[in-house]
Amino acid sequence: MGLESKLVNDGFITTTVDALAAWARENSVWPMPMGISCCAIEMMASGDPKYDISRFGSEVMRFTPRQCDLMIVAGTVTYKMAHVVKKIYDQMPEPKWVIAMGACTSSGGMYRSYNVVKGIDQFLPVDVYAAGCPPRPENLLNALMQIQSKVGKSRVKDFPDAPELGFEPKQTEVSL
Amino acid sequence: MKEVLEEKLKKEFSESSFEFIEQFGELTIKFDKSLIVPVCKLLKQDEALAFILCEDITAVDWATRTNRFTVVYHIFSMKHSFRLCLKADVDNADNKIDSVSFVWKAANWPEREVFDMYGISFNNHPDLRRMYMPEDFEHHPLRKEFPLMGIPGSVSLPKK
Repeated sequence: MGLESKLVNDGFITTTVDALAAWARENSVWPMPMGISCCAIEMMASGDPKYDISRFGSEVMRFTPRQCDLMIVAGTVTYKMAHVVKKIYDQMPEPKWVIAMGACTSSGGMYRSYNVVKGIDQFLPVDVYAAGCPPRPENLLNALMQIQSKVGKSRVKDFPDAPELGFEPKQTEVSL
Repeated sequence: MKEVLEEKLKKEFSESSFEFIEQFGELTIKFDKSLIVPVCKLLKQDEALAFILCEDITAVDWATRTNRFTVVYHIFSMKHSFRLCLKADVDNADNKIDSVSFVWKAANWPEREVFDMYGISFNNHPDLRRMYMPEDFEHHPLRKEFPLMGIPGSVSLPKK
């Protein structure tokens, strides 16, 4: 383990609070399961012992947006549902990320119809698109890992509600 | 069952015409839309018929016909295990038919659905709002002139 070997050799590590917070955040991404249709079944499967999303620290699926920092939009979003999805997304505290899971969420999928939104990126800032109809749990976990690398690189000054620092914070790369 | 239906309807509504069609193993009765409420009341309340279950209400858009729409009622008699289909034409200019939601409570939502999708209004309906589409939507999606991909800008999306 990286952290222990550091402690054995030196007894201390140097880093910034910013980087440490990002590292902690990266390994405990709490998803908001926005399960709207069949993709939600695969999302549930990714939580079971076979695929085990808790290997990535994301097993705490909170069904309240207030405690989440990742929204997994899993399913067909209709125009009527879009307002609900947006309302739930708005209730999540910053910083937050979005996975568009599956073909319907990314592009409307097979629903070439008047009632389905052709891609949730029309009203949400999507970070990762997971391909598939529905995507297999491995694919969702891959999307989660991409989110993790994005979260690990995030710094406080990039967040929309970041306070004014008055100086440019020093960028430190940490590898624990 | 068909003979009983024919006899009862002829007796009750002697001056009106009923068309009996048998297809796909199911009986269909076509009649004028002004009779819809009294006929449905008779079908439900008569002991020998007892069509107590309103399974579905839908409509057909014939596009170019004078009587543009046909409202279709699927009802079921639990007592006799008999399924019946009622059809009534609706004029394009008038576009109205009496509501049967006071006969079967279950007709309330299907009638709202028909109103939403075809724009047929139901007289005396207790709560005629849209069923599926947003309430500020102005079109009726299952009409033939409505494009499959919708009308751009007709439904609102939340702001990014």
